[in-house]
Amino acid sequence: MVIDILISALLVIGGVFGLVGSYGLVKLPDLMTRLHAPTKSSTLGVGGVLVASMLMGIVAGDLSWHELLITLFLFLTAPITCNFIAKAWIARNLTPQDLPPTGTPRNWATLDLTEEPVLPALTPPGQPGRPS
Amino acid sequence: MPRKILPHPGLTVLLTLTWLMLVNDFKWGSLVFGAFLGVILPLLTAPYWPDRPRIRNWPAAVGYLGIVIWDILKSNVSVALIVLFRPRAGLRPAWITIPLDLDTPEAITVLAGTITLTPGTVTADLSADGRALLIHCLDAPDPDAVRDDIKARYETRLQRIFG
Repeated sequence: MVIDILISALLVIGGVFGLVGSYGLVKLPDLMTRLHAPTKSSTLGVGGVLVASMLMGIVAGDLSWHELLITLFLFLTAPITCNFIAKAWIARNLTPQDLPPTGTPRNWATLDLTEEPVLPALTPPGQPGRPS
Repeated sequence: MPRKILPHPGLTVLLTLTWLMLVNDFKWGSLVFGAFLGVILPLLTAPYWPDRPRIRNWPAAVGYLGIVIWDILKSNVSVALIVLFRPRAGLRPAWITIPLDLDTPEAITVLAGTITLTPGTVTADLSADGRALLIHCLDAPDPDAVRDDIKARYETRLQRIFG
């Protein structure tokens, strides 16, 4: 009984956060602010449903590991997707004057049009005989 | 030479476990195939992580995970409140530069991912020399405080973890 209430509560919480995340997409004014709504609210939205599903599995004696994997994959992919959308938007819409200075000798990577390699200290030297 | 066959033992164990969890049922055949994947994949991907940093401080890494999960919960609530109750004109979005003290790509990636998952901030770009991160804040009345908070809360901990 208690566990049923807990599972229902988690499902409702998950649903509410998923809804708020989608509403944020409509309400917020531009792409960069819109990025915030799905990357955050949907994490808890999906998370609530997954925890509820795991609890149900434990109660029913049929524990499934897929929920854990979904959480793991979500945490790995959400920031990367978000970063790629942000970089594409910066490349299409902004100039270096729109962004704060880096405070280093080089520009932001997306807007850096020099021929020098990005992150010179971390890029290994080209191998002989291979076009670079 | 165990290092030659298993260049990354942690990854081998993780891949084997992931395979077993995907199968969702313990069978010896799955374990064998998972172990096979766990040996083959690190060997194939080894060129992509030439000087990977080692986690030097495991308790700190576990503590960091706990802090990040707690912050994700808080950030979900705060972003939801902003979306629901803040009028559009009341938002103060801002770009913030964070100078980096971390120097390995792996540690910078973890920091960037953490920033995206936590309160009102999204990682947008890295400077071309890898010495600064560009982040976007949904609502930042005081950008300097956000920068100092991220450096104190996450970066110093990552420095301790990756040594």
